[in-house]
This record gives sequence, C-alpha cells and structure tokens, in this order.
Amino acid sequence: MRPILEVKDLSVSFDVFGGEVQAIRGVNFTVNEGEAVAIVGESGSGKSVTAQTVMRLIATPPGRIKNGSIMFNGRDLLSLSEKEMRKVRGNEIGMIFQDPMTSLNPTMTIGSQITEGLVKHQKLSHSAAKTRAIELLKMVGIPNPEVRLKQYPHNFSGGMRQRVMIAIALACNPALLIADEPTTALDVTIQAQIMELMKDLQKQMNTSIILITHDLGVVADVCDRVIVMYAGQVVETGTIKEIFRNPQHPYTKGLLKSLPRLNQSKDEPLIPIHGTPPDLIKPPQGCGFCSRCEDAMRICATEAPEVTTISETQMVRCWLQDPRAAKGAGMGKEESA
Amino acid sequence: MVGYLAKKFVFMFVSLFLLVTTTFALMNAVPGSPLQSEKAPSAAVQKNLEAYYGLDKPITTQYFMYLKKLAHFDLGVSMKKRFVSVNKMISQSFKYSLRLGLVSIVTSVLAGCALGIIAALYHRKFLDNLAMILAVIGLAIPSMVLGPLLQYLLSVKISLLPVTGLKEPLDYILPTLTLSSVSIAFIARLIRSTLIEVLSSDFIKTAKAKGLSGHIIVWKHAMRNSILPVITYLGFLAANVITGSIIIEQIFAIPGMGKFFVSCITDRDYPLIMGTTVFYAVLLIASRFIADIIYALVDPRMRTSVGRGGK
Amino acid sequence: MSQEMNVNVTPGAGSNPFEKIGRDQNGGERIVRKSLTAWQNIRRNLYENKLSMVGLYFIIAIALMAIFAPWVTGLITGYNYFANELANANQPPSWAHWFGTDDLGRDMWVRTWKGAQISLFVGIAAALIDLVIGIVYGGIMGYFGGKVDETMNRIAEILYAIPYLLVVILLMVVMPQSLTTIIVAMSITGWINMAWIVRGEIMRLKNQEYALASKALGAGSMRIIFRHLIPNAMGPILVTLTLTIPGAMFTEAFLSFLGMGVKSPVASWGTMIDNGRQAMTTYPWRIMFPALFLAVSMFALNVFGDGLRDAFDPKMKK
Repeated sequence: MRPILEVKDLSVSFDVFGGEVQAIRGVNFTVNEGEAVAIVGESGSGKSVTAQTVMRLIATPPGRIKNGSIMFNGRDLLSLSEKEMRKVRGNEIGMIFQDPMTSLNPTMTIGSQITEGLVKHQKLSHSAAKTRAIELLKMVGIPNPEVRLKQYPHNFSGGMRQRVMIAIALACNPALLIADEPTTALDVTIQAQIMELMKDLQKQMNTSIILITHDLGVVADVCDRVIVMYAGQVVETGTIKEIFRNPQHPYTKGLLKSLPRLNQSKDEPLIPIHGTPPDLIKPPQGCGFCSRCEDAMRICATEAPEVTTISETQMVRCWLQDPRAAKGAGMGKEESA
Repeated sequence: MVGYLAKKFVFMFVSLFLLVTTTFALMNAVPGSPLQSEKAPSAAVQKNLEAYYGLDKPITTQYFMYLKKLAHFDLGVSMKKRFVSVNKMISQSFKYSLRLGLVSIVTSVLAGCALGIIAALYHRKFLDNLAMILAVIGLAIPSMVLGPLLQYLLSVKISLLPVTGLKEPLDYILPTLTLSSVSIAFIARLIRSTLIEVLSSDFIKTAKAKGLSGHIIVWKHAMRNSILPVITYLGFLAANVITGSIIIEQIFAIPGMGKFFVSCITDRDYPLIMGTTVFYAVLLIASRFIADIIYALVDPRMRTSVGRGGK
Repeated sequence: MSQEMNVNVTPGAGSNPFEKIGRDQNGGERIVRKSLTAWQNIRRNLYENKLSMVGLYFIIAIALMAIFAPWVTGLITGYNYFANELANANQPPSWAHWFGTDDLGRDMWVRTWKGAQISLFVGIAAALIDLVIGIVYGGIMGYFGGKVDETMNRIAEILYAIPYLLVVILLMVVMPQSLTTIIVAMSITGWINMAWIVRGEIMRLKNQEYALASKALGAGSMRIIFRHLIPNAMGPILVTLTLTIPGAMFTEAFLSFLGMGVKSPVASWGTMIDNGRQAMTTYPWRIMFPALFLAVSMFALNVFGDGLRDAFDPKMKK
C-alpha cells in the first residue's frame, strides 16, 4: 500500500487574547491509498484543526502553522502557493463538514453548487457538468435528481443535505476525502445511513478517507485504522482490531470503557473519563492526559512521553510503556491489592 | 410567496388608510374654519367658498367625499391659491425631488456598498478603520449641519460648486452628498458587518474546500447573502431620502416638494398639507412594499420575518 | 494511604519518577485562564474601545455643561438666553462673549448650552418614553406569544409602516409648538423598535431554565417578566436606548430647523442653525457653535452606542 498523505511534526497555534493556543503539537500520521482512517478525540483535541490544516483552511492570522510538513502525493502541501493549493482543494482532496444545515449556500441552487467545482477543475462544459451532477446525486442516493438540481438547500432535510455535501466533495473523484464529524449534527438513524453511504462510495471509488469524529462507535464499521488524539497530540494509533482489542493508552481505554455495548449487563456502569482536557494556552509539561489518568505516575507530570512501537501498525505515546514503569505500576497494584 | 406579498399588501393598505384618516381628523381638529384666516370676504362669498370646499356638509360626509376623491387620485384644491389643484402643484414641484431622490438612492447604494465591501475585505486593517470612521461621521453629522458646511467650504470659500439651485449636473453634487451621507454610512456598516459574518460562515468554508478562488467566493457566494439586508433597507432608504429632501431643498433652495411642503405648513394651507402628506405616505409605504417584493424575489428562502426591519 | 506505604516499602520511593500517583482529584478541572463575570467582560470590552470611551467622555462633558453652564454664566455675567440686546448684535467671539452674539445680541455661549439642555432633554425624554412603552408592549408580546403576540404585532407593524416624520410634522401643525408636543409626537411611533427588541429577547429568554424554574415555583407572569426576563434582556435594551437618543435629538433639530419646533426665544440647536445659516458668510460663528455641538453630541452618542453594542455582543469583535 502506497502512502497518499504523510503528516510530519505538524504544529499549529492560534494567537488569541492572552496568549498562544497550541492547538496541535507535533502530529505525525500517514494515510495509505484506499484506506479509511479515523481521527478520534474529544472537542479541543486538535482533530478538526489537523484536518483543516491539511486543506490549508486555517485562517492566518489568528492561526499559525509553526512547523512540519504535509506530503500529499509527493508534494508538500504547506509549501504550495495559494493558487496551487486551490487546484488541490475540491479536486484532489474533498471535504465534508459537520453541519449540513449551514454548509450549503442558502442562495444558490444545489445544482450550481455541485457543478461549480466540476467546471473549475475538470473544465467541463455547463451541460456536461450538469449531467455529471445528476449522476452524482443519484450516486449519493437522492431520488429525482433532475428536479432536485434546481432546488435550494432549504428544500432538503439535514440528511439529504449531507448527501449533497458528499456529492460536492466527491464530484472530481478526489484521492482523499476528509469528513469532519459528518454525522454529529444528524439524527441517529440518518447517521447510520450516511456512514453506510460513505463506506459504499469508498469501496466504489477507492478514495482514501479521513473520518474525524469524537465517537469511537461509528468508527468500527467504516475505518481500517484509528488515530487517537488528545490535547493536540497523537496519543495512539493502530488498526481497528488493535485499538478495540488491545488498546494501550489509558485515554483510549477510557474512551472504549465509556462506550455502551449491546452485550453489556444493565448493572454494569459506563465509566466516564473524569475531568476536562488541559487548556492549550498553557500546555502541560508532561503528558497532557496526566491529570485525568488513573495510572498516572510522577514522571507523567514532568516529562512528555516518547512514542513506543507496539506492532508494525500500533504505536502509543505513554510512560506506562517504559520498562521502568512496569515495576512501579506493579508495585502500586500490589499495594492496593 | 404570493400569500406573503398579499398579506404585506393588505398591511400596506391598512397603514395608508390609517394615515389618511388620521390626517383628515387632525386637519379638522384644528380650531376654527380653515377659511377664517382669509381676509373676511362677504358672507355670500364665504358661503360659496364653503360650499366649494364642501365645508358646509357634516364632517362624516366630508370624510367620505375626501376618500372618494382620493380613490380617483384627486388630492383636492388649495385654499390659499384658489382653484389650483393640489395635484397640479405637486406635479410641478415633484419632478425636482424625484430627480434628486433617484440620484441620491443610486449614490447611496453604490457608495455604501463600495465602502462596506472594502471595509469587510480589509477587516481590521487601515482601510477598514478609515471607512468605518467615515461611516460614523456620516451617520452622526445631521444634514442641517453638513449641508451648510459643504456650502460654506466648497461654494462660498473656494467657489468650486454652485451654492444653490438644481439645474446643471454640477448642482446635484452638494445636495446629493448631503442627502445621501446618512444612507451611505448606514449601508456601508450594514454590508460590512453582514459580509464579515457571511465570510466566516460554514458555506464559505465549503466553497473554499471546493478550491474556488477568493474572488469567486466573495462575489458569487458571499455577496448574494450580504446584499439581502441592503434590500430590506431600500424601503427605509427611500424614506430617508424623501423626508431628508424636506431639509435639503430648504438649504439648497430647490423648488421641490420638500420646500413646497414646508411652505404649505407655514401657510397653514390645510388641503395642501393633507394632499402632500398623503402623497408622501403613498410614496413611502409603496417603496417599502417594493423593497419587500425585491427581497422576495432575491431570497429563495423567503423568510417570513422580512420587513420587520429595525437594525 | 498507599503512597505512605510505598514510602515505607521502598526507601527513597518519593524520588522514583515511576511511582504511581493516580488521577489528580480535581486537576482536570483546574482553571488556567482568568474568568470574568458577564458584566466585567462587558466593561472590559467597553474600556478597550477607545473611540466609544471618548464618546462617553464627550457626552458627560456636554451634559455637565448643559446643566451648569447657562446657570453659572448667568450668575457671573448676567447673560441669559432670551434677553435681546440689539446694540450688541452679531459680535464675533471675544472675552466678553466667548461664542459671540447672535442677530439680537444674545450671548451665543449661553444659548448654545441652553440648546444642549433642550436637545439632550428631548433625546432622553423620548428615549425613556420609548423604553417604558416598548418594555411593556414588547414584554407582553414576547411573554404571552400566540394570539396575543400576533394581534399586537400586527398593530405594531401597521403603525410602523406609517412614516414617522410625517406623523410628527402633522402633530406639530395641529398642536401648540412646544417641547411636550415634540416629545409626544416622537413617542407615537418611536417605541415600536424598542418593543420589537424586547419581544425578541423575551422570546429567546422565556424558555430558558431559570424562567421555567421560576414558573414552576409558582411565580406570576409579571414577576417573571420584570424580575427575570427584563434584567437579562438589558443588553440589547440599553443599546437601543442609547441609539434612540441621537435619533430623537436629530428629529428635534429637524423640526426646529424647519420652524416647526420650539419657538423663539427658546434656544434650540435646530433653530440656531437655521438662523445662523442665513448669515453664514458674514457671521459664521452664529452657525458654527450650535452646528459643532449638535454634530459632536450625535457623534459621541453614536460611537458610544456602537461600543456598547460591541461590548454586549463580542461575536462581532472576536
């Protein structure tokens, strides 16, 4: 499998009143061709910023890309000019946003919003673009595409609008689709439909997908790999199997424990992760999760953990992986036992 | 949409009717006969005059007669200038006001939009600050101050522009500027704040994610949404220009309706006051209705809260 | 407990960086940024806005001058705003008459501040009347909603469509020319804007928890409206109030300028400007001072109102 996107050492900050918010701090990850990768984390973990940085949609100022590179098909997106970048957006990378109610222009027809990108990137004639738009609408499961094309967003329901957004994002057959919490704003039943649709389309078109979500539950079906982000850093990555069967980072474990399961007995409580993430205007010296971690050690508060390789595909950033920790942790267990 | 406009039309009519009735009631509430102030003519003449103006009939009859005439677009007959119809007097003066008004409306919209767009595109930069300071000044300096000031500076001191009148194209500059300053400022601020808001909205992000250029994003995607509040404002703009012209025509000695209106108030020529008021009211209310129609045509969503107005 | 035991088991464990300490019991909730109360925030936003603070200082200065200047000057020099002194007509500004004199020899300094008095009085009175009617009407519309709201809203909409200045002018024609008439005339349709603002705020607030809680506790409608809803809607109400004042001042100047406002010898900036305009080229000070102060006070009120709005709605500022 060929890597299509390689993000290296990416750091992005926002200058706000009272200082600099270090939204992402040294993020590394890879997306392979035809692969669906989930970026999971709670709000403020930097997952959306990461996605928007890949698209170079961060407003600068207040945003600032401090460091790193984003290699996409052999080019560093961060070194492209704005004009070159525009040829990538919508053409080679498509993007879907969280709220379909506000993501479509209320004063333009659905048709013109879909054909716009086609005319620009693929130099299609107006009528060819229209034919293609009808095809796309059919593909995302919108009945009566000929009629719907002439309608405005307010004639569509939330789920339908998200389908339109998917059609817009996929219009030019992009190599990569970034979906930024595409189902968060939708009803649960609609969520499932949209995820199903994305899965099908991915198979059909062999597009790579980055799915950004705070809900591990939606990930299992669609994605091949998971990247867990916390406080602006990647704390664990692994295949779906590894993350669900053998999570290493206490945060990942916490996320999984807080997820309801069907076979869970009703007396067994869901375990929340206590506390809130750190304020990234003053990122903690040590591990960002330290103050909320049940297994925290003294070192966690003072020094940032390094990345430990668990398997070829699984990596984790945690002090518990340190050989010296086993002793300490073991001792702790002994004592409490 | 038709239902919505029909509702608006009914409202417009009720408002108009209320105003006509109020005007009639107020004019008749003035103590004494409107003809009393005239140099006392003979009793017979007085009687004839009263008959001519319908003043000998009971008030309700007068009211219905008045409504009936209005329905035929007959605004009545002046009392000071005997037997000259209000219609004729209005048609003589209105052309000046209309010309000045149209020029002002176009100026306001164009200059206001330009200023507002520049400010929004250079948000928080020098041009934005400059445009906004100009706008606040434009909004704050009342026309009765701005008019004489411009006259003094540009006409009296350096004789660049004519002081008064409205014949040559150059004559239009000062009155237009004075009449439009508030609207230019208002539109500029309106466009700026909406455009800034629209530019940070989600669908602009979508447009960016499509790889569209900044140009297309601003002009095709953002503008359409930002122009909507300006359309709502058009009705108020017309009102500003119409009422504003009352003062401007006074300052620049333009023989338009505004000047005419003031002189008939000073003369206490009640039929004229009444006729002019009704004419103004029709103009104002109709322009608001037209703005509603334009809005309905431009905004596909046709929100029902349109025309609520306010700021 | 376990930590103490750790220390006992392994000497020097306190310095062992891999000793387990567990979750910081309240660490996750630590607040790093200083948080401000809503009102502190608004005040800070306002202080930061230099232009609007300058506006505020100007308003205070003009208000103080309006209250005291005519009176103090009268005590010291014996000048007043109404007595003619034709021998002294059209004097340019001097030590005796700081702003010069008008065509009837009246001191322009006293007349200008007397004009400020009238202008501010009309502005504030009209704004307060709008406020009272607007709060009551808008509060009822917003709180009760449904049929009541619909009917009252229709009425307001119809009244709103009637051109404001025409009504004012009509009333000035038939009623005696006085300050009271001006204020009454302006209030006839002036309150509608305020009523809509209040209505919108009440509708937004009435379904929020504290209002529902209060209702559940059996509080009466009036109590809920005036104790819970109106105070929370104060922001937009204050802003509207502030921006109503310059509008009312303008209308007064407008009417007086056209000779439909207050009558001579009462000093109104509008009449003074109209009067001075006719001698603009020969005696410019006669128009200069009233025009300057009218413009400055409207400017000050406008920028202060804008600043207030931005302070209440930081969205616009970011």
